[in-house]
Amino acid sequence: MIAEGKSSERAPYLLALPTWLVLGGFFLLPLFVLFLISFGQRATYGGLKPIDDLWTYVASGKVLAQYARSFHGIYLQIFWRSIWMAVVTTGLCLLVSYPVAYYIAVVAPERRRNLLLGLVVIPFWTSFLIRTYAWMFILRTEGLANKLLMASGLTSKPLELLYNDFSVLLGLVYGELPFMILPLYASLEKLDLSLLEASADLGAPRQSTFWRVTVPMTMPGIVAGIILVFVPSLGQFIVSDLLGGAKTILAGNLIQNQFAVARNKPFGAAIAFELTAAVLLLLFVYALYTKRKGQDVLL
Amino acid sequence: MKRGWFLRTHTFLVYVFLYAPIAILVLFSFNKTSQTAVWQGLTLEWYRNLMHDELILVSVRNSLVVGVATTVIATVIGTLAALALGRFEFRGKGMTKNLLYLPIIIPEIVIGAALVTFFGAARLRLSILTVVIAHVVFSISYVTIVVRARLSGFDRSLEEAALDLGARPVQTFFRVTLPLILPGIVSGALLVFTVSIDDYVITSFVAGVGSTTLPLQIYSMLKVGVTPEVNAVSTLLLAVTVVLIVVAQRLQQPPPERSEG
Repeated sequence: MIAEGKSSERAPYLLALPTWLVLGGFFLLPLFVLFLISFGQRATYGGLKPIDDLWTYVASGKVLAQYARSFHGIYLQIFWRSIWMAVVTTGLCLLVSYPVAYYIAVVAPERRRNLLLGLVVIPFWTSFLIRTYAWMFILRTEGLANKLLMASGLTSKPLELLYNDFSVLLGLVYGELPFMILPLYASLEKLDLSLLEASADLGAPRQSTFWRVTVPMTMPGIVAGIILVFVPSLGQFIVSDLLGGAKTILAGNLIQNQFAVARNKPFGAAIAFELTAAVLLLLFVYALYTKRKGQDVLL
Repeated sequence: MKRGWFLRTHTFLVYVFLYAPIAILVLFSFNKTSQTAVWQGLTLEWYRNLMHDELILVSVRNSLVVGVATTVIATVIGTLAALALGRFEFRGKGMTKNLLYLPIIIPEIVIGAALVTFFGAARLRLSILTVVIAHVVFSISYVTIVVRARLSGFDRSLEEAALDLGARPVQTFFRVTLPLILPGIVSGALLVFTVSIDDYVITSFVAGVGSTTLPLQIYSMLKVGVTPEVNAVSTLLLAVTVVLIVVAQRLQQPPPERSEG
């Protein structure tokens, strides 16, 4: 038994070792390299400018030049725009999803529940790219939406439905909707319906039962949904690239552009870390919230 | 009931919103004309064209190679981590959990940028190998989450009974634990394969010449112009992933109660 005790002490470390090796070597280390590069300068032909003397480099303030640059003019506008788009997307998703999740979890007959839920899970896992392309296909100048608008006589020539804030928001809401419905469903499903009945029996009107019982009881799902939608919206790249064209640049497009087109890795890295910092800050607040509620998130 | 009426109509409209664009895309992949907004009758021409499109065929092959390799590697590593988290208390458990959360919460675009920079610094040429490495990185967590859920769902007394009856821990694992969590493992593997063949953002950073995957190929096609072939290849990719997801979902349902007998 002593030998076995020893081996089971080692077991968890051996089991977790491959994860640490792979994620340590090919995830944490690359993030660290990217972090270091964010303090560098772009050389004339892309790549990195060598640093002659570290001390003078740091003392001259050049070390933070990329971060300083990112808080100016057009870049600051892009950040605000990204945050604003993510906020509107999250708000719209919450408004649209709550009644749906409520219907599936509380109102729908039990035998239909799995089907209704499955129909939300499928878009949750299917290609974001193809789902975005579907809207590109419908909204483009020669697309179905314009054909219908013209046939109905609402407009005589095709409208520019693509490449504006409307199409980007539509694509974001469409893409992120399942990520809001699922956590809302999970917490509505646990809702004790007798509480709603008690509230009604005590004479509370439906509206106040909803705002004072249902909403507070499902707050964990609401917060989880907000995080699950807001965080990916903030780093969005595909939707703004395909449905926004060059006019709707968001933080994600800016990062991609620095690596693929402008070849300014230090600047791209600095923006990537600002985005990461924003996301981690949000999740830290979320972790504090769930800890207070005493629940484990996924693992 | 007025409220029931509102909820039902609203839910119905949201499902229409979720599925109509996909349905339209699929429908027009069978449309006879490339003037794609007018319906001209059924054809399989665009699907036939795909079979002769060298670029598409190469990208499909690349996606399958990457998908299978990623699935095998990530499923093994992720399952081992799930066992560590689900069966043991150890120092660093919290850290391991946090490590596994990170690839899900760090924006894809940041992971892609970090990996391409790292591969550049390590003088590793962008190829199928770098794509597989990137996919394994973002896939392990999915497997761990799904298998971990399965592990916490089953009765530990079954394992204890096996040990009490004199089975060695290794025997217990292979004869009791593994069969019980196998549906979770298969489900995790299917999800990894789905996420791998669908990934665009990270892959676009780490794929090199000759390692273009299907989503990258689709993206470059639709950047040039919308053609019925794009609809056809998208439809095929959707069909494959939907089947995989439905199977994965079925497997994730809690195991049925064992009847005595």
